[in-house]
Amino acid sequence: MIKDLFKKELKVFNLGAPTFAEELQAQGVDAVNIDWKPVAGGNPLLLKALKALDPDVVDKANEEALSIYLQGEPYLVDYCVAKDVIPNFEDHMLLHAGPPITWERMCGPMRGAVMGAIMFEGWASIPEEAAEYAASGKVKFSPCHEHDAVGPMAGVIAPHMCVSVFENRKFGNRAYCPVPEGMGGKLLRYGAYSQEVIDRLHWIATEFREVMHAALMQCDGVDTKSLQFQALHMGDEGHNRNKAGTSMYIRAMAPLMIKSGLPAEKILPVLDFVNGNDGFYLSISMPTSKVTLDPVKGVKNSTMVTAMARNGVDFGIQVAGLPGEWFNGPSQKVVGLYFPGYGDEDANLDMGDSCITETAGIGGFALSGAPAIVQLVGGTASEGVEISKRMYEITIGENLNFSQPVLNFRGSPTGIDIRKVVETGILPTIDTGSVHRLPGEGQIGAGITHPPMDCFEKALIKFAEVYGKPE
Amino acid sequence: MYFDSVTLMGVSKRLLDIDGVEKVSVSMGTDLNKDLLRDSGMNSPETDQAGPNDLMIVLIHEEGADSELLLQKIEGELSRKPSMESEGGDVVPSSIRTALSDFPDGNVALISLPGQYAAYEAKQALRQGLHVMMFSDNVSLEDEIELKRFAHERSLLMMGPDCGTAIINQAALCFGNAVKAGPVGIVGASGTGMQEVSCLLDAAGVGVSQALGTGGRDLSEAVGAIMTIDALRALDSDDATKVLLVVGKAPDKPVMEKLVSEAGSLHKDVVFCFLSPEKYADEEGVFFANTLEGAVLKVLGRLSDSERILDVELPNKDQILKMSSGLKPRQKHLRGVFCGGTLANEARMIFKEECPGIPIFSNIAHEADEKLPSDGRCEFSSVVDMGDDEFTRGRAHPMIDPELRNQRICEEALDPTVAVVLFDLVLGFGASKDPLTPLLKSIAEAQSALAAEDRKVVFVGYVLGTDADPQSRSACIDELKKAGVVVAKTNAQAARIASELIKEVANHD
Repeated sequence: MIKDLFKKELKVFNLGAPTFAEELQAQGVDAVNIDWKPVAGGNPLLLKALKALDPDVVDKANEEALSIYLQGEPYLVDYCVAKDVIPNFEDHMLLHAGPPITWERMCGPMRGAVMGAIMFEGWASIPEEAAEYAASGKVKFSPCHEHDAVGPMAGVIAPHMCVSVFENRKFGNRAYCPVPEGMGGKLLRYGAYSQEVIDRLHWIATEFREVMHAALMQCDGVDTKSLQFQALHMGDEGHNRNKAGTSMYIRAMAPLMIKSGLPAEKILPVLDFVNGNDGFYLSISMPTSKVTLDPVKGVKNSTMVTAMARNGVDFGIQVAGLPGEWFNGPSQKVVGLYFPGYGDEDANLDMGDSCITETAGIGGFALSGAPAIVQLVGGTASEGVEISKRMYEITIGENLNFSQPVLNFRGSPTGIDIRKVVETGILPTIDTGSVHRLPGEGQIGAGITHPPMDCFEKALIKFAEVYGKPE
Repeated sequence: MYFDSVTLMGVSKRLLDIDGVEKVSVSMGTDLNKDLLRDSGMNSPETDQAGPNDLMIVLIHEEGADSELLLQKIEGELSRKPSMESEGGDVVPSSIRTALSDFPDGNVALISLPGQYAAYEAKQALRQGLHVMMFSDNVSLEDEIELKRFAHERSLLMMGPDCGTAIINQAALCFGNAVKAGPVGIVGASGTGMQEVSCLLDAAGVGVSQALGTGGRDLSEAVGAIMTIDALRALDSDDATKVLLVVGKAPDKPVMEKLVSEAGSLHKDVVFCFLSPEKYADEEGVFFANTLEGAVLKVLGRLSDSERILDVELPNKDQILKMSSGLKPRQKHLRGVFCGGTLANEARMIFKEECPGIPIFSNIAHEADEKLPSDGRCEFSSVVDMGDDEFTRGRAHPMIDPELRNQRICEEALDPTVAVVLFDLVLGFGASKDPLTPLLKSIAEAQSALAAEDRKVVFVGYVLGTDADPQSRSACIDELKKAGVVVAKTNAQAARIASELIKEVANHD
């Protein structure tokens, strides 16, 4: 009611001339200046798309989408051979990170990973043959995301590799993720394909898998939502810093390994392997994110982003209301710090499926809780807090399961809304590792990156075509 | 001493910015870091032997660079203390949505964005339950109608587009004056019109409960007074409001009938102030006035407290004669130079009524034969609204930036056919912090030029404002009087004094 306003304390949001806010403040009225920018950068096409959508309908669909995500009950249930569990994993198929890409367009590290995977499968025995084989058209390349999987960096999954198996017990869907091979540079996910790399993959697919499988058979799965919640309160953000999560993971798994009755000489190398890899938990946070986001796919009228992924060349997003479609733009540089001896000229563009964590409201979205790594952003802890706070402007809601202590335990900003990204011009913040542009050189630093705006603009325009009301 | 790797990466990055440094690595002597050094060819026998608790500093510098100095700088970096920003991370909201999540008690959005964006933001604000005041103009009629209907459905105010004045809960939004709280609820399609009636009510010792703007087009047939009617209903049910006052241009017949029938159905008396020569007959509970001053007098008549009076007495004949003495026979014309559009209009209407037969031109005249030529000059009497679009394109309104207006006062005064220069001075929130000084300067300039030609003109001024305004009204009045200006108590009174003077000089030969 209008007259109710006359009984309230006036509180004004000022959009435009700041002097109007100052004049109100001079009268003792609470006036908040809004740092306004033209909606959608003033682009008439995008403005039209935004106007074509009925906000009530979309908001309602987004609430539903977010609630589906929040209800998810992710569990780590097994470690298996990829082709035995991953759906539609055809013969001579290799999965990779990001949106679809051909061998011709792949960046260096992804090519290296593909070559390594070909040798791992025994389709070729030396790198030259492997490259030839990859180019021959005999290999089918397909994005992990199209097979319920996610892979870090190059994200290459070959049929006989070991993957973790996650289950969303609320909705019954599954998700898969390769096992992290360790720290350093000589890893398949960075495009290394030396014998050492391939041998390690075989060890993971056999001995490592045997122990992990046996351990998980001792329990009814490991509740990874709870692991994630605890790790976020211990200085992790679930993408770039995973020390706490890795510790929690060992704490969950070690008793199960013992319980399995396997001999210590089998268990110890596996425990050592995990313990020696501070980043191991990324392989838990990624599929946990994926398996809870996937049921959101196909929610009609919802503009919630269900996946963000990059293949080192293209950055692609997927949107709930437009299931199965990729909206791509160029992958961006990672801006941050380099390990000694490396610089901008060495860096590949942003790569990997790991920003599924940001899609799920952690990673860069929960940076406020990971002060130990905010220096990557350029310095102060308050900058990390600022980044987290910014993300509330482009998200649908908050995830109280993942609360941020520094923000008085406010839930992490969750559910990227393509409308809000386009409206505000604020891009999701991804804090990630940067990889050398040459195969097998490995990680060379870490920092902050963003998706290109193109992804969101293209998605919005398509979304308005599908769901918008005609003028 | 242990340094974590991220800190050291930061140190390395900053060291690279130092002149003379080609490559630098500062890291702890872990196996991984030693491998990295070897891979990049920056290792040395010393680093190969370093242990995990040793700090390895490898520096490759240009020939001739002062390595001692560089090492000092590295040490400086390592001992640098972090700034003690405890929490911080304050984010200025970039949208109404985020502002609301930070300040859920927000209730009004004040929008002064360029017209092409204003409607979109207003819709967002209304959707989220905020009342809207829209100062922006250049919003399409279709958008205005849609926004007002949308607001109506949600029982929200949609003040504007093109709404420059409101007083809500005693606070002036955009352009408004510090007036007393009181029993009069104002609804207005005209900014300076609302300012004038609220200040006159204040001067009469009565105050204002609320003043709700609607934007100039609300009374058009297309918009159909949606917001005027909603605002009237809201004020009718507001306990603090006793009498309602509507200020605007006279609407076309269908809207007029709608308004009158709406007013008749309200519990409280309604006074309509339509600035038009047409006179309407008062009805039961519905009253009409065609000047701002007249409207205030009617409102005062509606209030039981008869102590409240407005001094609108005119100078007597002798005083007028005294003011006009010394004018030359050629000096016959009035030139009104106004900041306030409604004030200009009121002055013009009063002049026409008081001086029938004396032509007067204006840039805001609707009558084609009274329209000022496009150069804004004429050889007769005229009233110019300096706030009209033609003068404000690419520059601020004269209430904010009075320079053009003051120049014009000086120019008109120097026209040898001019007898009277009539002007307003609008005070209040939103207006120039010191409009008086430059105005006095222009008047003084004109006066000294006139004195050099052994002439004078009569300056008649009106100060719109209250003593509680940021610029003190009484101080302005005193200073203008000292400068020889005849200062009136209402805008209408100023126009009548000017009219009397023109009638007087019309007889001079």
